[in-house]
Amino acid sequence: MFHIDHADQTKLMTELAPPIAPLLKLENIGKHFGGTVALDGVDWSVNPGEVHCLVGENGSGKSTLIKIVAGVHRPDAGGRIVIDGTKFDHLSPFQAKQLGIQVIYQDLSLFPNLSVWENIAIDQELGAPLRTIRRKAMRATATEVLASLGAHLPLDIAVGQLSVAERQIVAICRGLASNAKLLFMDEPTSSLTHHEVMRLLKIVRRLKDMGLAIVFVSHRLEEVVALAERVTVLRDGRKVATLPASEVDDHRLVELMTGSRITYAVRAQSLTRRAPALEMTGGSRSGEFTDVSFALHSGEVLGIIGLMGSGRTELALALFGMTQLDHGVIVVDGKPLQLRSNQDAIQSGIAYVSEDRLLLGLNLRQSIADNTAITMLDQLSNSVGLVPPRRRSGLAAEWVTRLGIKAANTKAAVQTLSGGNQQRVVLAKWLATNPKILILDNPTAGVDILNKQGIYDIVRKLADNGVAIMLISDEIPEAYFNSDRILHMREGRIAGEFVPGVDSETALAEAIFA
Amino acid sequence: MLKACAAIFSRTETSLAVVIIIVASIFSLSSPYFFTLSNAADLIEAYSVTTILAAGVFVVLVSGGIDISFAAVASVTQYIAAMAAVKYGAPALPAIALACTLGALLGCVNALLTYYLNVVSIIVTIATSSIFYALLIYFTGGSEIYNLPDWWTDRIVFFRFEMANGDLARITLPMVIMVAVIVVTHFLMSRTHAGRQIYALGGNPEAARRVGIRILRLQLLVYGYLGFLAGLAGFVQAHRVHQVVPTAMFGTELSVLAVAILGGASLVGGLGSMSGVVLGVLLLAILQNGLNLLGVSPYFFDVVIGLAILISISVTSLTERRARSRRRIVGAAT
Repeated sequence: MFHIDHADQTKLMTELAPPIAPLLKLENIGKHFGGTVALDGVDWSVNPGEVHCLVGENGSGKSTLIKIVAGVHRPDAGGRIVIDGTKFDHLSPFQAKQLGIQVIYQDLSLFPNLSVWENIAIDQELGAPLRTIRRKAMRATATEVLASLGAHLPLDIAVGQLSVAERQIVAICRGLASNAKLLFMDEPTSSLTHHEVMRLLKIVRRLKDMGLAIVFVSHRLEEVVALAERVTVLRDGRKVATLPASEVDDHRLVELMTGSRITYAVRAQSLTRRAPALEMTGGSRSGEFTDVSFALHSGEVLGIIGLMGSGRTELALALFGMTQLDHGVIVVDGKPLQLRSNQDAIQSGIAYVSEDRLLLGLNLRQSIADNTAITMLDQLSNSVGLVPPRRRSGLAAEWVTRLGIKAANTKAAVQTLSGGNQQRVVLAKWLATNPKILILDNPTAGVDILNKQGIYDIVRKLADNGVAIMLISDEIPEAYFNSDRILHMREGRIAGEFVPGVDSETALAEAIFA
Repeated sequence: MLKACAAIFSRTETSLAVVIIIVASIFSLSSPYFFTLSNAADLIEAYSVTTILAAGVFVVLVSGGIDISFAAVASVTQYIAAMAAVKYGAPALPAIALACTLGALLGCVNALLTYYLNVVSIIVTIATSSIFYALLIYFTGGSEIYNLPDWWTDRIVFFRFEMANGDLARITLPMVIMVAVIVVTHFLMSRTHAGRQIYALGGNPEAARRVGIRILRLQLLVYGYLGFLAGLAGFVQAHRVHQVVPTAMFGTELSVLAVAILGGASLVGGLGSMSGVVLGVLLLAILQNGLNLLGVSPYFFDVVIGLAILISISVTSLTERRARSRRRIVGAAT
């Protein structure tokens, strides 16, 4: 061993090494699946300690890229993966892990039945089958990693009982516990509320300070761009550009992702002079919301915005008859309504598209036709009470065209569709009931920008056709540019009303985060 | 402190233990014979085969599978071991080893089929169960074996207590084997890497694959272990009844599954504990014995089994729902 003093070392570094040696470097990476090209000649690098944002539409190759680095897929011959200066043609999952590459998948891949500590330190349980586990050491690891993130979670609780945001922390901790140097996070914010996203970003900042490189795959650009050094855009399996984050805004990114440009405009119009389609007076449910009064008019898009726990989803569930009001009245079309179940609500022309489309809205293995028909079985059935397949696919075909769902045919299983198209199938399912009142709960969660725009267009078209729409949203721009009026909920009460175009977007943001 | 109490009481094991104590007290008040050492010992011995099988089924359930071929496996291995002993004069240890090894191999067949066909294991094991049974009956013509060697049928007593009032209890071979199986299974599932991986696999198979758990190897262990225990249980069963009847174990599948579920194992995998299973067996044993002593018709007993399972499942799902909603409120507040 020889000794180099500090000054010499710096000199050596500047002389011999390029400015920063990348932690990960991909050279000419391609990947074919049968005849389709998933990735084509991608050169890409991630620097140590960098937060790098990877964006692209669904199907642009983001997941394939991650899986190649994680060793799940083998790239086509001719490409090279360089990690810390060592060259590889391809990696095995085990090698990738050894090299400090950790992927936090969108579904988090946790074990809901196991405790927090066991989930975090699961790597220590992967040895020879009959060896005994070292509980103390594992708990110590978990405690240490949680502390390094400044997170507090009970160690012994089963992960299945945690919230999504808390589970994400557990997943990050698991990555850290196996000595991650490069952490991929696949759409970590798609199922989080704004508040939770902020907390997550704080943690990411902390990881960065610890010297980790982080690659974020995200749809919610405005939140991530604040944190990232560089942004890489993929389109159709090719790298379009890598840009410093400071040079990027939403419009620019959409342009790069899609090749087209989208502009936002306030579309609010005053419709309050019409007779209300739905009216709630003094609605309360203990522990959820208090004294909520508002009117929703036909043809109107009423935005409901508020942080997690503000009572917005609870309000929607009460309007849809899933829960009952303790106090207050709901009036639909001038008639007071007693909603004992969602069947009653559907009968009265109310439809609800849930926040969690994957869990609650769709049967993923069934076809588009089956999913669309489920709310309409009574109307579709013939005189003996059976539902002829032809009527079912007829209904689905109509909605596939009307909503522009991209699918080979109506028999395609819903799980084969992209996120945006899945969301449209959920819409189709409820629109098939011809609702007069449509409640949309975070309809664009996990949907990329272009598909979001498609959903907004549908919402507007429906409103123009006279449907009264309640748009519950997490994102301020979404509510601002798509609503005629916005109600702000806080701690179960309506804290204010905003009219886009009259009140500014910043005023709305300030009210929410005040 | 309060929280710790709540945690203890929300566990299936605790509620089972409470129910057992209540039921046992009722029976001991109504029948003087119920609370005697000899009755307890008889009861434990009578349930030894069920417990051994339930331990193996519990492991499979935790891994996320369901195996109902164990009764067929036990019958097949029992018969072949008996043939070896009777026809070829195989001594004790090789005969037992043969039964267990053969059981493990048949279990591995289930594991391989489940893994490579990628079909739910209940379907695979319904099929293999039917095949194993049918082959056994086909080749044996359903004939019983009565002339088992003495080493197999002699009662082995390790220990005996006698109380002053003449109450007599013996610790016998089936009890010892049963306890050994309970201890080994408990250790396997709660202390070893393999055991924890089995819980992980049952909790989230996709995640298990992603963290690098070797699924096939684990499934071979899981189903092989049940097969091994089925071989052992077949041996113990013949030891107790002094004969080998090809159809003797037929129809025990559901009660063994029931016991494991009663003990808190979940049909979707990832949940349950060996102590829960033991308590499940204990509850059923006490119920059956108590009702017997009270002179209730044995036909009625199946009604009781059914009710016990329904009640235990409802309690588990209700407490789980409550725990979840409580967490959600806490989460919203932060």
